[in-house]
Amino acid sequence: MIAPHILLLLCLAIPLVGFGWCWLFRNSPNMRDGGVFALALLLALAVISIFRAFNGGAEFDLVLVQFQPGLSLALNAEPLGIVFALVASTLWIATHVYGVGYMRGNNEKKQASFFSCFAFAIFATMGIAFSANLLTLFLFYELLTISTYPLVAHKETEEAQKGARVYLGILMGTSIVLFLPGVVWVYATAGTLDFVQGGILGPNVKPAFVGILLALFAFGVGKAAVMPFHRWLPAAMVAPTPVSALLHAVAVVKAGVFTILKLDVYIFGTDVLTKTGASQWLVWVAGGSIIIASLIAMSQDNLKRRLAYSTVSQLSYITLGVALANSLGVLGGGLHIVTHAFGKITLFMCAGAIYVATHKTEISQMRGLGRQMPITFTAFGIGALSIIGLPPLAGAWSKWELLLASASAGQWFAIAVLMISSLLNVAYLLPIVVRGFMPAPAGETLDDTVSGSGSGSRWAQVREAPVLCYLPPALTAFGCIVLFFYAGDIIGFMSPIVTESGR
Amino acid sequence: MDRLLDPSFVLGHMNYWLFVVLMMTGLYIVVARGNLLKKIVGLNIFQAAVFMLYISAGKVRGGTAPILTDNPGEAYSNPLPHVLILTAIVVGIATTALGLALTTRINEVYGTIEEDEILEIDHQETEREVAAILATSAQDSANA
Amino acid sequence: MLEGIVQNAPLLAIMLPLIAAPVAVLFGNKSVAFYISGATLVLSFALCVYMALLVSDGSILSYHIGGWAPPIGIEYRIDAANAMVMIIVSAMGALVLPYARASIEKEISPGHHTMFYACYMLCFTGLMGVAATGDAFNVFVFLEISSLSTYVLVAMGARQDKRALSAAYDYLILGTVGATFFVIGLGFLYIATGTLNMVDLADKLANSPDNKTIRAGFALIVIGMGLKLALFPLHRWLPGAYSYAPSAVSAFLASTATKVALYVVIRFTFSVYDASSGFERTTLEYIILPLAITAMFTASAVAIFQMNVKKLLAYSSVSQIGYMLLGLTYLNQTGVAASFIHMFNHAMTKGALFMAVGMVVWRTGSALLPSFAGIGRTMPWTAAAIVVAGLSLIGVPATAGFVSKWVLMAGAFERGWWPVSFAIVGSSVLAVIYVWRLVEVMYFQEPKATTKDPVREAPLAMLVPTWILILAIVWFGIAANAPVELARIAADGLLAGGFDNGQTVILGIPGR
Repeated sequence: MIAPHILLLLCLAIPLVGFGWCWLFRNSPNMRDGGVFALALLLALAVISIFRAFNGGAEFDLVLVQFQPGLSLALNAEPLGIVFALVASTLWIATHVYGVGYMRGNNEKKQASFFSCFAFAIFATMGIAFSANLLTLFLFYELLTISTYPLVAHKETEEAQKGARVYLGILMGTSIVLFLPGVVWVYATAGTLDFVQGGILGPNVKPAFVGILLALFAFGVGKAAVMPFHRWLPAAMVAPTPVSALLHAVAVVKAGVFTILKLDVYIFGTDVLTKTGASQWLVWVAGGSIIIASLIAMSQDNLKRRLAYSTVSQLSYITLGVALANSLGVLGGGLHIVTHAFGKITLFMCAGAIYVATHKTEISQMRGLGRQMPITFTAFGIGALSIIGLPPLAGAWSKWELLLASASAGQWFAIAVLMISSLLNVAYLLPIVVRGFMPAPAGETLDDTVSGSGSGSRWAQVREAPVLCYLPPALTAFGCIVLFFYAGDIIGFMSPIVTESGR
Repeated sequence: MDRLLDPSFVLGHMNYWLFVVLMMTGLYIVVARGNLLKKIVGLNIFQAAVFMLYISAGKVRGGTAPILTDNPGEAYSNPLPHVLILTAIVVGIATTALGLALTTRINEVYGTIEEDEILEIDHQETEREVAAILATSAQDSANA
Repeated sequence: MLEGIVQNAPLLAIMLPLIAAPVAVLFGNKSVAFYISGATLVLSFALCVYMALLVSDGSILSYHIGGWAPPIGIEYRIDAANAMVMIIVSAMGALVLPYARASIEKEISPGHHTMFYACYMLCFTGLMGVAATGDAFNVFVFLEISSLSTYVLVAMGARQDKRALSAAYDYLILGTVGATFFVIGLGFLYIATGTLNMVDLADKLANSPDNKTIRAGFALIVIGMGLKLALFPLHRWLPGAYSYAPSAVSAFLASTATKVALYVVIRFTFSVYDASSGFERTTLEYIILPLAITAMFTASAVAIFQMNVKKLLAYSSVSQIGYMLLGLTYLNQTGVAASFIHMFNHAMTKGALFMAVGMVVWRTGSALLPSFAGIGRTMPWTAAAIVVAGLSLIGVPATAGFVSKWVLMAGAFERGWWPVSFAIVGSSVLAVIYVWRLVEVMYFQEPKATTKDPVREAPLAMLVPTWILILAIVWFGIAANAPVELARIAADGLLAGGFDNGQTVILGIPGR
């Protein structure tokens, strides 16, 4: 049994080693990718060990640098963070395998810098998951922004540059202008930034102050993509698909909502939010985000952009859970981090697999592809159904929890939003699958884009993408099914964060 | 304000009036003249005003030079400001010398010591530089 | 021997470079000049660190020149505030020198190299002297030593670009006007109090009724030093001087000269005058504060539109000086400490940036933005240095810039001035824009194909000092305790008012 502190450090060190490893073996791709795969496995193992040690009652508190009382760089493990780290680390394995297939299948350039930045982003994600205070979290939050910037700009085209500019501009702009003052303000008020069960603002905090602070955080944590600061997410879709899959469906965006959840539980305290009613407005904003983003998603023909807007809308589910300011909302939000991660990463990896196999990005061109690529499209279908929230898929539970939370908070608006949004999900996700399994329109779609002559033969040439590209989404789709049966355990594991004792 | 109408006050502070007039004259020349040499002259007048301020402030009416005498009741002028100003004069001379040297070099390189002409040349230089580099990068992208 | 060195540390740290300057020229050999200068700079740095350790318990070192006790004799008086400034100056001086050796090979004609070292050492002496001395008139003398040599150093850029000459001339005129204003201010002080020793001045001012001469003296001192420290809108000389000076000179000046002038303002405002109330406080709150905030925004906005990267950095310096002034106006411990921390952090950041940009200029021959195209590939280490230092300029966590921004904002909240902290972050966003313009050009544009020899990584002699600074930026961004602690002690000393806290340690030859 490794000491708990060492485990925490390992979680940070392993991806960092991966960063150096990719740079060291930048000229030998097999060595590079194989090594990172092993590291990804190790990381997952380390996080699982933390999970088990935590259940065994281990203490994790680890102070790296102490500046002043209440101001330090420190790591700690708590249920929410462990769940987030588990999701990110296990999905890193899948995405890495997928990324190798994708990058090689597309002959992308500068793969070494791609994989090293990727590893660094995982390092930052682990840091966010295991932050013991807001300062540490902010540090890793910014590191994540900076390390993903080169990934978004990877293609180095004019378009990639513009997308990356929007990406960096919004994420860094909001974090500097709103998030940072919020953090400093909390420090100036409470004299500490440690995450403490039940909040640190104290009992006599003014409702107006809580409202302003919540606004600074809700909009300042740009990674949570609450409208109107959601534009970076569609812009980031210029990145290679593995990046969209892991970072912009899991790590980066979940880091955002995870931060908001942490703030709710450990800085404000759910009770304070309930008592002051300061989060009421956020219900409306998050609800609005959900509906508007879904509507925009329906109008997108580019598959990745549609998925991106779908992500914007799904992230606001979690923000909504926070805004409801009750324990069910927090737990539902936490569960949604997991279920949406598995669902959305499946969808993105399928989108990438389609791109690798056919170089198609527009939904209107995908008619009939499902018959050629059955595994990919089946996985896509499962992922889509999970996002929509049908049993027996994982997404059903988190949506159910959120509905319960809305009902117990008496928020009829929130319930209506969740219902309508589910319908909209059906409307923008299912047609892709249905269309894929329709018979191919003879001599229509592919010729227009690929060659312009000899339709039948071309069409027959479309095959599944390389195995490294379709296996990972198949696995994560399977994960969506498995998680349905374990959702209760996840809730059970997280529930201490909303009870008094904290454990 | 009525103190300004009192002749003994006005005359009693004569050194300060002169200091102010001289200082403002110098500063005005520095600001208003475009000729680099004249600016340096202005700077010198400006500094000379300060020297006067210090020296006159150290003067004690009826005091002698501060040298050793046997008479303990002998009044003497305060030597400290005078000594300080020696240093300031040295600094002033160094500044003037350096300024003149720079002016000579500017004259060699620019062919003029009029400020507006120099600014114009500098401005053209910047524009030429930017145009040149834009041309080469345009050429690069054309090649690519 | 060691005892002698230690006892005379304040004097040696300043006089050794002064002696080294003529010696460097006398040997007439540039290598000898380099090694002499280098040795004295390193020694000077070591002495400064030693003195910083001595004063880190809140005591004040007092060194009596020639054993003449103040207020008659000249005194060097060092507390945490000057120790910090002296560390900044001596560390940057020692780091920039090896860089300069390689850099001036291309930028200054070989015959002038020994002169360069001499001027560099004189400039260094002047800056150190200003920081160390406890005598008001001595400040002026040292200031002019550093300024005169600075004008020469800036003008040495003329081999590369003739605009260095007009920039040096502008600097000379404005710098001299500033220094003269300062002397007039001192004159008023002397007329009102009859002393020039800072401790003595503080005593006499505290006991004298408010009068116009004293006030006018304060105004003249602040404006005169405002010119030297490029207080907006008195910054007109700065962009030209920094852009056209040789790269090493820009790096050294940008990280030290304005900070030393700022230190003088701080010393006079807090230790000689009493900043906690009255006229001085009004000046800080109603004049310095608005000017500082205006500088933060205006200069950053101007920086965004610069084509010349050195000029961009120069305007950025003007805006960063705004941050340093801002902290003072809070008049609380955190705010004043923030000023010192930002001086320290910004010296590293801007020094590293000017050095890195200098390396690009060294290879490509131009500081214009397009010549930075593609250096992410051709000069990866230089480009990486620019990125890290740029992040520090923005104030991203894990860099030194973040620490100063944090303390500055914490001070604003402590003071109850939360809108000010939003001004701070707003101006940081402008920094994001101008830094990212550079990053995009470095990494997304193809390297220029037209230059005769291909652009390669800069030589190690330039790269190593730059990367030492980069590592320091990251180090002090994470383990920020040492500078923060020192700055807090400095702030406590300054806010207590006066320049004598009863913990004076007298160094030097005892007696007389």
